[in-house]
Amino acid sequence: MSETMNTDEAGVLAPARGAFDQDWRKLVNWGLICALALIFVSLTDMPDKLDKRVIVEPLLSMGYLSLIWIPVALGNFVTREVVLEGMTQHKKGLRELVAGVSVGAIGGAGLALLIWLLDTRDLSDPLVNWNDALLEVLSFGEGVGYGAIFWILASAGLGLAGGAFHLLSAIANRLLLAIALTIVLTASLESALDDISEGFQLEWLFEALFEKKGGLSVQGAIILAVFAIAWVLVLGGQAKRGRAAVTARRELSPTKVNTVGLVLIAVAAVVLPMFLGRLTNDLFTNVGLFLLLALGLNIVVGLAGILDLGYVAFFAVGGYTAAIMTSPSSPGLSPELPWWVAIFVVVFMAIVAGLFIGAPVIRMRGDYLAIVTLGFGEIIRLTVRSDWASGFTGGAQGILSIPGADIVGVATVKGTDPQQVLYLVIGFVAIAIYVSWRLENSRIGRAWMAVREDESVAEAMGINTVNSKLQAFVVGAILASFSGAIFAAKVGSVFESSFKILVSIVILVIVIVGGMGRIAGVAAGALVLVGILGGPNQPGLLAEFSEFKLLIYGALLIWMMLKRPEGLIPNVRRSRELHQDEFLQDAWLKAQANDDDDEAASGEVAPA
Amino acid sequence: MTTAMRSKARPRTGVDWFLTFLRVLLTGLVLFGLLAFLWQQIDPDNPLASAINPDANRLSWDAFQGLVISGLSQGAMYGLIALGYSMVYGVLGFINFAHGEVFMVGAMTGMITSNKLFEAGVWEDNFLLAILIAVLVSVICSTVTAVVTERIAYRPLRGSPRLIPLITSIGVSFFIQNTSAVLLGPGAKSYPRLPDWLRDDIGIGPFDIEGKKLLVLVVAGVSMGALWYLVERTKTGKAMRAVAEDKEIASLMGIDVDRTIVTTFAVGGAMAGVAGILWGILFGSVTEFTGFLPGIKAFSAAVVGGIGNLGGAMAGGLTLGSSESLAPQLVLEPLGVTGHTQLKDAVAFLVLIFVLLVKPTGLFGERLSAEDRA
Amino acid sequence: MSERLLDIQNLSVTFGGLNALSDLDFHVDAGEIVSVIGPNGAGKTTFFNMISGMVTPTSGDIVFKGESLLGLDPNQVTARGIARTFQNVRLFANMTILENVMVSQHCRTKQGIMGALFQTGGFKREEQEIREHGEKVLGFFGSRLVGFRLNQPASVLSYANRRRLEIARAMATKPEVILLDEPVAGMNPKESEELTGLIGKLRDEWGFTIVMIEHDMGVVRDVSDRVVVLDHGETIAQGSYDEVSSDPAVIEAYLGRPAEEAS
Repeated sequence: MSETMNTDEAGVLAPARGAFDQDWRKLVNWGLICALALIFVSLTDMPDKLDKRVIVEPLLSMGYLSLIWIPVALGNFVTREVVLEGMTQHKKGLRELVAGVSVGAIGGAGLALLIWLLDTRDLSDPLVNWNDALLEVLSFGEGVGYGAIFWILASAGLGLAGGAFHLLSAIANRLLLAIALTIVLTASLESALDDISEGFQLEWLFEALFEKKGGLSVQGAIILAVFAIAWVLVLGGQAKRGRAAVTARRELSPTKVNTVGLVLIAVAAVVLPMFLGRLTNDLFTNVGLFLLLALGLNIVVGLAGILDLGYVAFFAVGGYTAAIMTSPSSPGLSPELPWWVAIFVVVFMAIVAGLFIGAPVIRMRGDYLAIVTLGFGEIIRLTVRSDWASGFTGGAQGILSIPGADIVGVATVKGTDPQQVLYLVIGFVAIAIYVSWRLENSRIGRAWMAVREDESVAEAMGINTVNSKLQAFVVGAILASFSGAIFAAKVGSVFESSFKILVSIVILVIVIVGGMGRIAGVAAGALVLVGILGGPNQPGLLAEFSEFKLLIYGALLIWMMLKRPEGLIPNVRRSRELHQDEFLQDAWLKAQANDDDDEAASGEVAPA
Repeated sequence: MTTAMRSKARPRTGVDWFLTFLRVLLTGLVLFGLLAFLWQQIDPDNPLASAINPDANRLSWDAFQGLVISGLSQGAMYGLIALGYSMVYGVLGFINFAHGEVFMVGAMTGMITSNKLFEAGVWEDNFLLAILIAVLVSVICSTVTAVVTERIAYRPLRGSPRLIPLITSIGVSFFIQNTSAVLLGPGAKSYPRLPDWLRDDIGIGPFDIEGKKLLVLVVAGVSMGALWYLVERTKTGKAMRAVAEDKEIASLMGIDVDRTIVTTFAVGGAMAGVAGILWGILFGSVTEFTGFLPGIKAFSAAVVGGIGNLGGAMAGGLTLGSSESLAPQLVLEPLGVTGHTQLKDAVAFLVLIFVLLVKPTGLFGERLSAEDRA
Repeated sequence: MSERLLDIQNLSVTFGGLNALSDLDFHVDAGEIVSVIGPNGAGKTTFFNMISGMVTPTSGDIVFKGESLLGLDPNQVTARGIARTFQNVRLFANMTILENVMVSQHCRTKQGIMGALFQTGGFKREEQEIREHGEKVLGFFGSRLVGFRLNQPASVLSYANRRRLEIARAMATKPEVILLDEPVAGMNPKESEELTGLIGKLRDEWGFTIVMIEHDMGVVRDVSDRVVVLDHGETIAQGSYDEVSSDPAVIEAYLGRPAEEAS
């Protein structure tokens, strides 16, 4: 929604085109897409199931939000124009509004049709959500006619709003976006905020914002909106300048880190858990476990460019090794080692597994490697589950009564105490971040990047690619096995069902959505996805979403790949690679302009 | 390209030694298992068997042919799905992970249609007509899914680094799977009961084949033949092969590359649709996860047979299906692996790994453009 | 100076029945600049690929400092002291310019994961050395690749600078022999003249032995001590530029007209 804000910088504009000078076919197409999207979302039953999750009481729930964003986004999208050098740009005007309205209205008509069908036909045989509850939600219990007309009008209005974004100035756009995001995000974080405010004795603030029965109060929403406006107006400029400075510094010396930010994060990591309640601590623990996995996969995929889809295998190796080593009730082998001793065995096993899986696959083509690692992941899970191995792994019964993690001389971490586990996780995440950071800026890390860029050239430049890739594989395996060992200690039991392929995919989504090859990106990915939506078996803050989270993961993955393959917080290099064409074009244009034989093409490259 | 040209050098590094060791180990285990199996066929109480597999029994001819037939019929379905993987890989050079889901869509829509037909009474009155309608609906839905996927998710990514469309297709796979779970409800849904003549055994030579398995084999054979004709004998097929060889040159020769790619997806989708309804007939039920494992196995089949090679895909499917069905009894059990049928799925992946270790270009050789081979 | 550094003995390779190269036989002495010329498809790049271990010859031998290179992986060949550039420039486009020359010192350095994790003295020293050597190598090309450029990704470089960076990358592997695959292809006359001078300097100041594939006869004439002419996989002449350019076989098979005009 925020992508066409640079119109006011673009210099002279051609006069606006007539309001009805439209590409009607395109509008109808997008209108139909809008209708399909609305019908699809309705039939997934999101409006009904998420209706209980209120954003602003009594105005808006997550259920209705799942519908209303569609006309807005499409109304905005359909009127967006790709601005290229040398093309005439027209002033925005009535034309954009008409387009937005048309798309929205067609979409609304689609929804109206669905309401009518819901009332008259019964398709509940294949479509399980085809029921009166859905009709009730869509028509607000006021009958078919009311619902149908409401949605046509509302959707047209929302489409209009989407188109209208183009007419507003950049700052207004940013304000609206900030308000919307702040409100939705705050509402999503409700339970966590409840918890945190209790820890910090800030219940009064929480009560000022939220209703007792859930959701923001109108007053709370207004407070947040004012806050968001203030934030954008006061801090917006500063933040922008700060970011520019950071980017500039990164260009000059890429290995430097932001010390202030690091110290702040470290302090928060130490202090925050003390003030958090049980639920939030547990939530952060899950985030941390997945962050640990994602950091490991980030080394394998992001740095060395090896797409490992069976990454969960190492998580399983860590979990099962820790379980067998520490649990008194593990069948077969049961040395009952203390956890901190077991962790050495875990590392050893991870190295063995990494080499064993890595060696056969490392010479394969990238995509074969993906499938074969996936196969290995399944082989390990199936073997663990089978009767054959159940003498050691407990088969489908798993291994129970795993004691917590005791760290010699420091503390004993009980799996039942989320705060202690969280500290343990934070400790290991810190190790993983340190390892990632140090390795990236070393001889080994450079070799990984070279292998990712062009394997055969890397080989010709004297890099033993097989060894380098194996090293990446093993380092990734060790980090995942840490996560597995903590997981076993936290849950107190391991079952093969915790180690399905699904976990691999979710980790991959975290790495990709966050931004491959960038530590901060991966952290953001883990926080947003696991924290808010939830992990494969772990609930997130939006527990109501559990039914839809995998659907959303899938959609997010596609959307990210199509629109923003570099992730939320991209790695500078990667975004260059993925927008290569644009950069080349840029460089070419500059070369034309400067006409200075070879120095010209390489000046500062404008951000995409 | 360059690494492929390097001759088979003797083991040099630790990794090479390890791979050689793995090859020898796997071959040895398979051979040892087979020999142990033969011995226990001759004498179930032989010393080896009593040492490692005390429950050894002779496998009867009936049981054996049952395994072969079910292996082949399942393999035929893998083969049909594998065709889609193989064609897309040949033309676009990436693994369309979502193809397994296209197959699932076929099985799902087949289930819905046949249940509707069952309610209408057509299923019992005129089974052939009913199944024809169901196949038609499945094929149409699968084809549409495949084509829409291509249009939305893959076309914009053409020319990007090859792992990008692969990751996208994982997303598509996830999305379709969960769409099915959310729209149609999670869990298994069953097909209506098949008519008796499909459930009885039909004797062909020394084999007694259950009617539905024979149907699967026949339909798979016919579809394969039709596909072969399309690819090798028609103009469309020629265009497909040209695009697979070199997209740029093909477009210079006046071939509409986009349209050919859509055709490839459509044909692959149709094959997956056929496989989907055959799956339903064979196993009688379908879940939203039906597409995942068979999909990956079918890709393995395509690799085993040699990717880009259509005959190889079918042969790879049959190989994979029958090894999956036979290996637990013929190799694992004589080796003393308890609960061997639980490892059926693992066998399929082991076959894939084994083939890639021994003959990375697949059993029947791959057919790829030079650029994809690199 | 007449030590046989690189000895090519009856080298042949066949691709599916096609003789890409047959019975190539010549040697390179330490400190020489030898050019390999020949029309397109003569097998020149295949020859380089064989030296650098990417293609295994069907028969014959490549002896470097008295030891055969056959059966070595490309990285081992580089470690022995033979570096190369590529005809179609292949840089690590998303790594910075400095990283490009740092990473190619991989086989000359040895710090592993532990050194990086514990930031040992050895690691820091080595890292410093890698960086200094990298900057020194880049400095060979004047100010084009240093300064603010060091931390820019290689993809922003102009074409000529990419070629220069490729040579720098080969130099950074601390080789004895550098194989240059069409170093001036695509450059304008001014640039190729400058690079010709630099190739001479590579030998005179840095002590590298150079084997070069080149189509630009001017460059070949200016720097080569000896020239080897290939055609259809066969050696049709070798000797000094003047000898070769007046050889009737060469004129007929390759140049088609007197060499002086072709330059």
